[in-house]
Amino acid sequence: MTAPVLEIDGISKRFGDNLANDGISMALAKGEVVALLGENGAGKTTLMNILFGHYVPDAGSIRIDGVELPTGTPRAAIRAGVGMVHQHFSLAANLTVLENIMTGTEKLWRLRSGTTGARRKLLAISERFGLKVDADARLGDLSVGEQQRVEILKALYNDARILILDEPTAVLTNIEAERLFTTLRDMARQGLSLIFISHKLDEVMAAADRIVVLRGGRMVAERKAADTSKAELAELMIGRRVTRPVREPSAPGAVVLEARNVGVRIGGVERLQNVGFSLHAGEVLGIVGVSGNGQAPLARLLSGTLARTSGDLLLYGQPVGNLSVADVVDAGIGRIPEDRNGEGAIGEMAIWENAVLERLPAYASAGLVDRKAAMAFAGAIIEQFDVRGGNPASRTRLLSGGNMQKLILGRNLSQRPRILIAAQPARGLDEGAVVAVHARILEARKAGTAVLLISEDLDEVISLADRIQAIVGGRLSPPVVAEQADARQLGLMMAGDWDNGSEVAHAV
Amino acid sequence: MRFERREQRSLLLLVGAPFAAIVVALALSGILIAIAGAPVLEAYRRILIGAFGSRLSATETLTRATPLMLTGLAAAVAFRARLWNIGAEGQFYLGALAVAAFGSQLLAGLPGPILIPVLLVIGALAGMVLILIPLWLRLRFSVDEVVTSLLMNFIAVLIVSMLVDGILKDPLAFGWPQSQSVADHAMLPKLVSRSRLHIGLAIAVVLAFIIAFVQSRTVFGLQSRAAGLNPQGAVFAGVPLSRTLFKVACLSGGLAGLAGAIEVMGVRGYVTTDLSPGFGYSGIVVAMLANLNPVGVIFAALFTAIMFVGADGMSRSLGIPTYIADVTVALSLLTMVVALFFTQYRVRR
Repeated sequence: MTAPVLEIDGISKRFGDNLANDGISMALAKGEVVALLGENGAGKTTLMNILFGHYVPDAGSIRIDGVELPTGTPRAAIRAGVGMVHQHFSLAANLTVLENIMTGTEKLWRLRSGTTGARRKLLAISERFGLKVDADARLGDLSVGEQQRVEILKALYNDARILILDEPTAVLTNIEAERLFTTLRDMARQGLSLIFISHKLDEVMAAADRIVVLRGGRMVAERKAADTSKAELAELMIGRRVTRPVREPSAPGAVVLEARNVGVRIGGVERLQNVGFSLHAGEVLGIVGVSGNGQAPLARLLSGTLARTSGDLLLYGQPVGNLSVADVVDAGIGRIPEDRNGEGAIGEMAIWENAVLERLPAYASAGLVDRKAAMAFAGAIIEQFDVRGGNPASRTRLLSGGNMQKLILGRNLSQRPRILIAAQPARGLDEGAVVAVHARILEARKAGTAVLLISEDLDEVISLADRIQAIVGGRLSPPVVAEQADARQLGLMMAGDWDNGSEVAHAV
Repeated sequence: MRFERREQRSLLLLVGAPFAAIVVALALSGILIAIAGAPVLEAYRRILIGAFGSRLSATETLTRATPLMLTGLAAAVAFRARLWNIGAEGQFYLGALAVAAFGSQLLAGLPGPILIPVLLVIGALAGMVLILIPLWLRLRFSVDEVVTSLLMNFIAVLIVSMLVDGILKDPLAFGWPQSQSVADHAMLPKLVSRSRLHIGLAIAVVLAFIIAFVQSRTVFGLQSRAAGLNPQGAVFAGVPLSRTLFKVACLSGGLAGLAGAIEVMGVRGYVTTDLSPGFGYSGIVVAMLANLNPVGVIFAALFTAIMFVGADGMSRSLGIPTYIADVTVALSLLTMVVALFFTQYRVRR
């Protein structure tokens, strides 16, 4: 094997308390496709942003062709032949393809831009790699797949030899994704080196020569694609379960919420299909799955912000139509949204306002808000749920993520909900806040609340849930009893292999 | 040097910032006055004299401030909910037109104490009708209301132009394109006798306080603020987004229509296509100067009126173009934006 074109050596990066990268080392050979696999928050994007010069690492070095790359300057990275295709394209919608590609390549004080030369170069590149694109089309008129092609061409136009793609298939349809991987293989054959970031097991197995697995900021494994399997990768990515949680056994009560063949179609795309589950009082039903498989529509459906297009929903045994937010809140369903800052709270409003916004009728008479009662309610939440860093009148934005989550939990749980829909309740929180949130959820379970826990964090689900279902491509697997499931089996379920997995013990 | 978000905003800062902005704006336009060759302090003294030097000028300034307060409130309530109503000018004209039509002929038979409130309501309704078109386009087709509400202004003025040269034309106006006058008993009572100042000023001030109360104390106020600050979060909390925006639009369009109605019933008595020297657009400036605070709108409208009325007097005695008023108001808007930035951020080196 020839000398590596890229060597990453002992890279560490800390954001506050969070060690995003912890001594990561890896190498990339000419003509090789490496997949960087890991869950959300494993440190993949941070590592690539360091490589491309967006972040300065706290420790470690990067060498390209044996020459050390100065950190923190994207310009140096581009000059050294590194190109990056961002998940969110850095292109201007109202410029043409050619203009987009030339942006940043010419000196500002040049009076004439070398359009003719640029067009010739672009055509040559597009022919060489089979990336067909109309140079004069307005970028905004192109499909997402075509826009991505432009982003790739832009990197190649800057003479990139090492191409980094951040979750390239996140925005693509299946056919577009397949076509992209064919192109990537072809580019590798022509001597380019590629790193793509992904958390999808299928595509890393299909497209990569070598797979580097990150977990919690550490590099945990490196495998040749030929020598590994999806199940092994899933286990590596998620980590082996060692500790069993302190979850007291409970006797689940009656079914309080049941879904039968529920489907949601948005803009012609089936976001949820044939979804079925039954949620009992006093149990935690965990929904695991890789991000983007329908968790968001499922949470929104049950939170009252999305309407189903087919199937039946039974609440306390009664069939119900599409529920509005007010219906959901009135029915005693508590909701913890996935996106605390976007949905859970309005940062510029006071804590007391956020405490009562979803149940304003209860804190108002004749259209006037009962500020005194609302303030008292907010004060009670702050005290009971240990929300630190603000009083009822201070702006909610000042709270840390963990304290904001405690506020959201508090406004739901202090009403003793019969059902709690919790989407990623501990995502992005520090360890202490995670423990507090988990304790509250188990406390609610003990008090008889039925909890639907939607989470991408397998640790969390295994430690909290009584039964587990996996969500894949908008479908739900049959439930398994948490005690009988291990990481390997859940990994298979998350990969969608529940139909032929005879080893999967189906629970009633 | 970098900017850092302030954790707490002190009251002194919030109240002081607009005044600091106006002082800086006056200093900057002072440079222009100096370049024009006039004594700066004298010029500003003349502006104050022009605006407040006599009983007549003081009442004129307040008369001028009245429609600005109402269009300023129209912009402030809409912008608070992130509904970008740029169409106050058109809504103003439609309110004025409706009052001229109903107050001169259709309802002129009603007695004054009934006719005046009825006409004010009709004017407000006319303003609402005009804003509902851009609102419907936004809610139904996601069309940007900045563009549509702005374009409605031109349509409204053309409708006025058509009608004052058509069925509403005053036959006694020597061929001038102006509408028939509203009945004498439809005119608003004067606030100060032998002046043009009418009770419209009192109506505007009272409305400002009512709106301030509505915004801070009512369910609707809380919901419209939530809808403006974070639509996604508002939807999650069960705020009916479309219905809230509909109410906000009605309030905003109604205030602008009311401004037009009051201008006709308080000052002119009839409608022409130059009834408004840009009251609708200036309302946007007034609202921004007030940082969308309804009570602040009263003062921002006064400041703007002082500049415009006072600049006339200054121009006559010092020979400086009245455009300096436009420049000062525009500059104060820019300095206000900077001042508001500094109420949110501090400088760290």
